Amino acid sequence: MKNALLFVAVFALFVGTGFVQSWNTALAIFNMGLISAILALGVNLQWGYAGLFNIGIMGFVALGGLASVIVTMPPTTEAWEAGGGRMIAALAVGAATVLGAILSRQRLPRGWARTLAMLGIIVAGFLIYRSLFDPARDAIEAVNPAGTGYLGGLGLPALVAWPVGAALAAGAAWIVGKTALGLRSDYLAIATLGIAEIIVAVLKNEDWLSRGVKNVVGLPRPVPYEIELQNTPAFVAQAQSWGADPVALSAIAVKLAYMGIFAGILITLIGLAQMALNSPWGRMMRAIRDNEVAAGAMGKNVKGRHLQIFILGSAICGLAGAMMTTLDSQFTPASYQPLRFTFLVWVMVIVGGSGNNLGSVLGGFLIWWLWVQVEPLGAGLMQVLTFPLPDGSALKDHLLGSVQHMRLLTMGLVLLLVLRFSPRGLIPEK
Amino acid sequence: MTDILNAFVALSNFVLIPAIAYGSQLALGALGVTLIYGILRFSNFAHGDTMAFGTMVTILVTWGLQAAGVSFGVLPTAVLALPIGIAVTAGMLLGTDRVVYRFYRAQRAKPVILVIVSMGVMFIMNGLVRFVIGPNDQRFADGERFIISARDFRAWSGLNEGLAFRTSQGITIVTAIVVVALLFWFLNKTRTGKSMRAFSDNEDLALLSGINPERVVMYTWVIVAALATVAGVLYGLDKSFKPFTYFQLLLPIFASAVVGGLGNPLGAIGGGFVIAFSEVAVTYAFKKVLGYLMPEGFEPNTLVQLLSTDYKLAVSFALLVIVLLFKPTGLFKGKAI
Repeated sequence: MKNALLFVAVFALFVGTGFVQSWNTALAIFNMGLISAILALGVNLQWGYAGLFNIGIMGFVALGGLASVIVTMPPTTEAWEAGGGRMIAALAVGAATVLGAILSRQRLPRGWARTLAMLGIIVAGFLIYRSLFDPARDAIEAVNPAGTGYLGGLGLPALVAWPVGAALAAGAAWIVGKTALGLRSDYLAIATLGIAEIIVAVLKNEDWLSRGVKNVVGLPRPVPYEIELQNTPAFVAQAQSWGADPVALSAIAVKLAYMGIFAGILITLIGLAQMALNSPWGRMMRAIRDNEVAAGAMGKNVKGRHLQIFILGSAICGLAGAMMTTLDSQFTPASYQPLRFTFLVWVMVIVGGSGNNLGSVLGGFLIWWLWVQVEPLGAGLMQVLTFPLPDGSALKDHLLGSVQHMRLLTMGLVLLLVLRFSPRGLIPEK
Repeated sequence: MTDILNAFVALSNFVLIPAIAYGSQLALGALGVTLIYGILRFSNFAHGDTMAFGTMVTILVTWGLQAAGVSFGVLPTAVLALPIGIAVTAGMLLGTDRVVYRFYRAQRAKPVILVIVSMGVMFIMNGLVRFVIGPNDQRFADGERFIISARDFRAWSGLNEGLAFRTSQGITIVTAIVVVALLFWFLNKTRTGKSMRAFSDNEDLALLSGINPERVVMYTWVIVAALATVAGVLYGLDKSFKPFTYFQLLLPIFASAVVGGLGNPLGAIGGGFVIAFSEVAVTYAFKKVLGYLMPEGFEPNTLVQLLSTDYKLAVSFALLVIVLLFKPTGLFKGKAI
């Protein structure tokens, strides 16, 4: 009952936004809220079920975005002819080097010979890799650098990109998990923080792959464009029969279409997560979280289960990242900031209630709404606070100009208050 | 012979001196992280933003001094403002401890909860700094720019390569030595310092011996405030001040502390230099240096740069992972598992 009321209250926030600001804005916030809720579900899987402290969410989201680019964008044929084959060869050499180094460490007997063999493989592999990679990269980036300058994608529909984003994130999570899981929680946190920064650094700098900071714009989408609707006589006639402006209505119709797709995915995921939580597998996960030693003594494979849930949670984050890039229709690596894409999701999970799927979803909607609305609310508050100050005073201008930074302050405050007074969140774990 | 000298000067100019300065800044930052880990037993994610806060206060005081016409001769005015920056930051950290951390200490909360709490503090400090001084670059270095300028050095030595030694680098190195010496004297010789080490080694035993934990925690925050502010101001003088950059410093600082061994002050210093030297050396283009050293006709025709400078973070991260995998207690035997 209380939970239903909470959901109604958060829903009322969005309806209120629709009445006060505009329905277009309310729907835009709600769509991103759906994606935030999916992200929060993924993090809740890792933290709430298994107690894994992953603060590299940004990296997995960015990989999902990359998947959107390489699946949906049309291929750049000239770039493929110029250096595509060599690039694939270079990447294969790179992967073979890493694999060779790992194998030589595992298979050879301990001692100096092993260390030398490993170093030899790494150095030789690196040199061959660079000699293949550098010319291939230059050739690809030289093809029409203002327009493309990258390999392009596969030209497939956007809906295909989302599972690919999940798969890409899962692959990365497998590599991270293999190396970093099993470390203490603080170390896992630092390691994931680092890997996220590196993924974003790669996306920013490898122009041949994702155009780097030149951004990829105009990604294909799974719903019609507004302009197409406006040119459809049936749509215009329908809008006019309702007495609505066809231009405004087309924007809303597109957002509603997105909302339908996203809500379908979110509900499916909630269903799956609930089933997993209440299954023997979910009970085992919580047993491992609450006492790793005891669970291990009962014959549970703690490390294997941790790896499994780390990959699952990261895949959900990758899915959300791909959806987000499709929704924005653009891929801008420079916009991936840890405060927005990692720590904000953590606030959602903690505030909503870690360990409870519905709680995380609620937190996702609530915190995303707050994140967007703090700025106008803060501006209004600041207007009232600075009212006694004379117009044109430096302090007043500074205070009014800095309002946009209020959202970080607010998020920190919300997180600390919830941790202090309601540490289990709005909808606690049962 | 001249070639070897030229190579050495080029190497010093572009690798050794910048890496020593950067290493000192990292070491001071990592000392703060490691002290909190040793005494309060959690990884403080707000440390980068504590540095930003201390630097911001120092910058504001510096601007005030500059406006009042006060200067410190050849040295930057910020050095004069530093004590005030430290005092305000110490007040801020003590206040944070009183309002936020003490509650969880009394509850004996798990370290991971404290880490999440420090994330909240990080948000607030980050927002506060951006609110007061804005998110943009601020330069506040004044005074003499160089101790040795490249042109003077070329004229004096007759070499092709110039050696520039900036005032900020000189101040960084001298300050770091003084601060570290003071810190170790304090930890090893004074009564309070010894009680801090005892508390870090074995909390229960220290409590039984009548050490007041709240006092130990208080001293820790004050020292951390001093270390963080000094590290932040030195970094800002050397490069420039930007809140987001300071937040990003968290990764190399954590890497330094972990590589050296969390909880071990000596390790933090060693780790800082290991990280700084690897970052600078791996991303430096050795073409010039090798050009002098290689025999005629064998000069490299590529940049001889292992990684582009954009991947600096990747270097600290790779070192961190390698150390964690092969020597989890760090190079200098930290206390963590």
